[in-house]
Amino acid sequence: MTIYLLCFALFLVGLYGVLTKRDIVKIILSIGIMGYATNLFLVFVGYKSGAIYPILSEGKCIQPMVDPLPQALVLTSIVIELGTTALLVSLAIKLFQKYSTFDITKIRRLSG
Amino acid sequence: MPIETWLTFILVFMILGSIISLEIKDILSSIIAIGVVGLGVSLSFLFLQAPDLAIVQFLFEIFALIILIRAFIKKDYHVEEPRIVNKILIGITVITLCAVFLLSIKLFELLPPFGEPLMKTAQYYIDNGVEQTGAANFVSAIILDYRAYDTLGEITILFTSVLGVFTILRIKSKVKKVTAGDDDEN
Repeated sequence: MTIYLLCFALFLVGLYGVLTKRDIVKIILSIGIMGYATNLFLVFVGYKSGAIYPILSEGKCIQPMVDPLPQALVLTSIVIELGTTALLVSLAIKLFQKYSTFDITKIRRLSG
Repeated sequence: MPIETWLTFILVFMILGSIISLEIKDILSSIIAIGVVGLGVSLSFLFLQAPDLAIVQFLFEIFALIILIRAFIKKDYHVEEPRIVNKILIGITVITLCAVFLLSIKLFELLPPFGEPLMKTAQYYIDNGVEQTGAANFVSAIILDYRAYDTLGEITILFTSVLGVFTILRIKSKVKKVTAGDDDEN
């Protein structure tokens, strides 16, 4: 319960950055923070206390295991997050080449 | 020490790191603070018995640090001039987010408590995974066998984003060639 709330607080810190920052680099980093919080929350939901990692090995007796389903889905989510971060960074580079600033209040002439 | 204490410590550390990275002026310090947050995520994956995720998160952290530093290190960063309207907006945002946080406490009580997951589907995978797929690692059994179509879709998203990066970064060179070819146009 406390851990869930702390994870949600981390998400809200990222949301605060997206909503209030004017620097485009800070906005990209805030989106990254929100992604961290979401992945972490999904793995929190699948944790079973006293259980071991979901890998079988020879000579190990059957023990309770943590939920492997959120881990499998979060694994691909992390990789996709890298792709979207690279896409955002390339957009920011193009914006800097055109406007010579990262301030989003000065980037106005989108059509030009 | 119980695992909840460790995770609480790491989460508080991560919240502090992300606030620092958002509020600090220097871009390089900000990127490095984000790296600290990501390594905290990797460490808590280790505590949560997910070694695959910890390794992938560590690699993601290194790649993201390289990409961000390579992209932004020589760029000039602007200094935000404090304006009264901006401060008021920040105050309103903080108050709204605090209200959302307080209202969500009731919502999180509805979830199953930490350490007792439902595991209805996953119990089937754990019971029958070895006979049906032959993989000793259940995470890879789910990614590559039970949920293979999900993985296919996610790989499609990944390649689309890579194509987007290449397309966006190539536009400048094409425009240069065109303008170099016919200068009379401008």
